[in-house]
Amino acid sequence: MKSASFFEALAALLPAENLKIAEEDMRPYECDGLSMYRALPKCVALPANEAELAAVMQLCHAHRVPVVARGAGTGLSGGATPSPDALLLSTAKMMRILDIDALGCTARVQPGVRNLAISEAVSQYGLYYAPDPSSQIACSIGGNVAENSGGVHCLKYGLTIHNIRKLRVVLMTGEIVELGTDALDAPGYDLLALMIGSEGLLGIVTEVTVKLTPKPQLAQVAMASFASVEAAGAAVGYIIAAGIIPAGLEMMDKIATEAVEGFVHAGYDLDAAAILLCESDGTPEEVADEMARVSEVLRNAGATDIKVSQNEAERLRYWSGRKNAFPATGRISPDYYCMDGTIPRAQLPRVLNVIAVLSAKYNLRCANVFHAGDGNLHPLIMFDANVPGELERAEEFGAEILELCVEVGGTITGEHGVGIEKINQMCVQFSPKELTRMHEIKHAFDEHGLLNPGKAVPTLHRCAEFGKMRIGQGKPMPFSDLPRF
Amino acid sequence: MCLTSYEQIMIEHWQSQIKAAAAKGAKLAIRGSGSKAFCGPVANGEIIDTREHVGIVEYEPNELVIVVRCGTRIADVEKAMADAGQMLAFEPPHFGEHATIGGMVASGLSGPRRPYAGALRDFVLGCKVLDGKGDHLSFGGKVMKNVAGFDVSRLLTGSQGTLGVITEVAFKCLPVPKAQQTRVFEFDAQTAIERMNRWYGEANPITATTWVGGKLYVRLAGAAPAVQSAAANLGGEALAIDADWWRNWREQKHEFFAGDQPLIRLACKSTAAWSDLASNAEQQAIDWGGAQRWLRASAAQLPAVRAWAKTQGGHAGIFRGANSEAERSEPLQTALAAVQAKIKASFDPYQVFSSL
Ligand SMILES: Cc1cc2nc3c(=O)[nH]c(=O)nc-3n(C[C@H](O)[C@H](O)[C@H](O)COP(=O)(O)OP(=O)(O)OC[C@H]3O[C@@H](n4cnc5c(N)ncnc54)[C@H](O)[C@@H]3O)c2cc1C
Repeated sequence: MKSASFFEALAALLPAENLKIAEEDMRPYECDGLSMYRALPKCVALPANEAELAAVMQLCHAHRVPVVARGAGTGLSGGATPSPDALLLSTAKMMRILDIDALGCTARVQPGVRNLAISEAVSQYGLYYAPDPSSQIACSIGGNVAENSGGVHCLKYGLTIHNIRKLRVVLMTGEIVELGTDALDAPGYDLLALMIGSEGLLGIVTEVTVKLTPKPQLAQVAMASFASVEAAGAAVGYIIAAGIIPAGLEMMDKIATEAVEGFVHAGYDLDAAAILLCESDGTPEEVADEMARVSEVLRNAGATDIKVSQNEAERLRYWSGRKNAFPATGRISPDYYCMDGTIPRAQLPRVLNVIAVLSAKYNLRCANVFHAGDGNLHPLIMFDANVPGELERAEEFGAEILELCVEVGGTITGEHGVGIEKINQMCVQFSPKELTRMHEIKHAFDEHGLLNPGKAVPTLHRCAEFGKMRIGQGKPMPFSDLPRF
Repeated sequence: MCLTSYEQIMIEHWQSQIKAAAAKGAKLAIRGSGSKAFCGPVANGEIIDTREHVGIVEYEPNELVIVVRCGTRIADVEKAMADAGQMLAFEPPHFGEHATIGGMVASGLSGPRRPYAGALRDFVLGCKVLDGKGDHLSFGGKVMKNVAGFDVSRLLTGSQGTLGVITEVAFKCLPVPKAQQTRVFEFDAQTAIERMNRWYGEANPITATTWVGGKLYVRLAGAAPAVQSAAANLGGEALAIDADWWRNWREQKHEFFAGDQPLIRLACKSTAAWSDLASNAEQQAIDWGGAQRWLRASAAQLPAVRAWAKTQGGHAGIFRGANSEAERSEPLQTALAAVQAKIKASFDPYQVFSSL
């Protein structure tokens, strides 16, 4: 039901062009990067500033209208998927960089600012914003905060949470709060940490103060070929064991390198079963020292070939393949489904073997790209949604991978978030009491449960249904006997 | 949950203690060695002695992860890590030989490396906690990246024993740098602030900066050639046995911290211009690249210090010698205080643990 008084009040708060109600105007917002889930929202509001946004929130609160926040819509877990009874709140009109403190190495930006736009704006000062998701040309910093996004350089420079100083947040009531300070800490509980990665369930981020990192004087990447995925996985462990924390440490299997090579011509070794990309950055002395040590470790680990980038263009070319792995997979398969589990690295060979077995079982191809340094896997399951049953098979395949990650001591999501996609697997990873505590935390911020309802944290009822369904399929919940910590 | 029998006995013992206290409306005081009692909220009641729950549960240097029980001494954990060439990179102050991991996490304090490597909470991967209902809950995990559910383990970090007994924590470990050297410069305070900020922005391998007694101490660490070239570029004098200097500073054994006068901790933006804040230059030290300042001052000076901190985007409180919680920590914005109170109520509905 579209209630007239709500829409009238909303229209009074926003200029006409910042409010979309007609179906054709709302179509572009019907899904995020997880495009298998689609719905039209109740309406789309695009406030131009914090005051407008707060007024919209206050109105929604008064009318008990749920709110789903949306940044750039690149999320891969359905976090920004609309719901017919909820207002979709887009930050697309809040795209200003408000302040750059070059000496203090911080910038204050609005939530709709693109990740890469921050680095571009501060580049003139020799600085950049370190977390670099592969979607960085498109995704918004508000979305990054909501997902605690990572990138290929977060092994050394940290995730979003390690690079945020302060947030301004509008609560569901329309109240505006500041989390964190311009210093390095704040009094009270660490609500800043709690807000980061909260997937739009606790508040709407309206301003972000990011920490900037000095651009390293030099960066070089080594590309190593391996005859087996296991050998490449083991090499990652040897690098860490040698006391090296590379700026980036990524792995791709042969299916993935073949897909990207046809797309970006990065110069990958297509005879290798897997390649590793290992980057060093810092002063020229540091890089030379580290590259020598890395090359030695890689050789001892059985690398069949090692190439080290000789200039910046070459370095970027080596990375371009990795950064385009998802779209490249999209070119060789009508559809693909990107998973995001994290595991203790030692489990890599075992998990890869099981994925290969599952790939045969479901008769679906699967390319593997990983943030290998921190054990974050991105199996890309290829399918064709037009073939009846393939989507369902892809989803089941994915679910099995996630549960495997939990079983070996890992987690169902390293950086893409739970959203609606992995909500059932939350029941596998957490006990009912832990989930209840998360609901209570949400309640502390959002008493009526209006912010992004149905996402990220499943209700116990849902878990019970999921449990029954699995038992029906002869799969017991792997709950009680699992060392989940 | 997969508990060893020893663990089970310990946890069950505490669970019954908590449930009994909740039933009686009694208080419990969570206590490790007591090394940081001076800088946290007052804890009354029957004692839960976290030192009964000790040991490194799991340490895989190649995974960069260590999982530790709350009563384990920080010193023992650091020793085990040093043997594997690793460290707790936030360089926690111990404030006592027997200081425990649980107390370290609950007080949330980080040392000199904080602005460069990150805060304690940045290295917490997961926590187990016994809440005020006696439920043993586990959040986060033992992998580097994990965004499943709210980041409750970081909420528990720095919660000062008000939310529950932190029983076990998983940390990210980092390798000890191959080389280290400290350079000393004679600078006035304002020059020191300017250099701390500028040198950091120039991508030098800096891991600590402190200005005290008219001298700026800059610690460089990393690969040996990088440390040498940075030392040559920055200049200054080398400091002999610099590890001891930084340990003393971190532990507040440096002469700056001597005497009974209250110690005010002020957090501000790193670039905040020098202000003598009604004390002379010897009574103020600048830490953390400019973002943390220490003052020897009386409680009467606190309001003025807080007013200044506010203009510099920060906050201040009495770190040693506070007479009340209000002197220790600044009040929160009303809306945040309400959120915080609800979180407290969900973890500790019967108010068994220390108040906020
Ligand atoms: C090709 C491709 C590559 C990718 N690579 C990576 C990668 O390397 N690493 C990685 O971590 N992710 C990656 N992602 C996932 C995605 O880009 C990130 O999750 C990103 O942070 C989402 O940002 P967004 O602006 O698109 O947010 P959206 O998709 O619009 O929203 C994501 C979530 O954030 C919430 N949200 C958005 N804005 C706000 C706000 N202002 N306040 C509160 N909540 C808000 C939404 O409600 C939703 O729950 C990739 C995606 C694609 C398509």
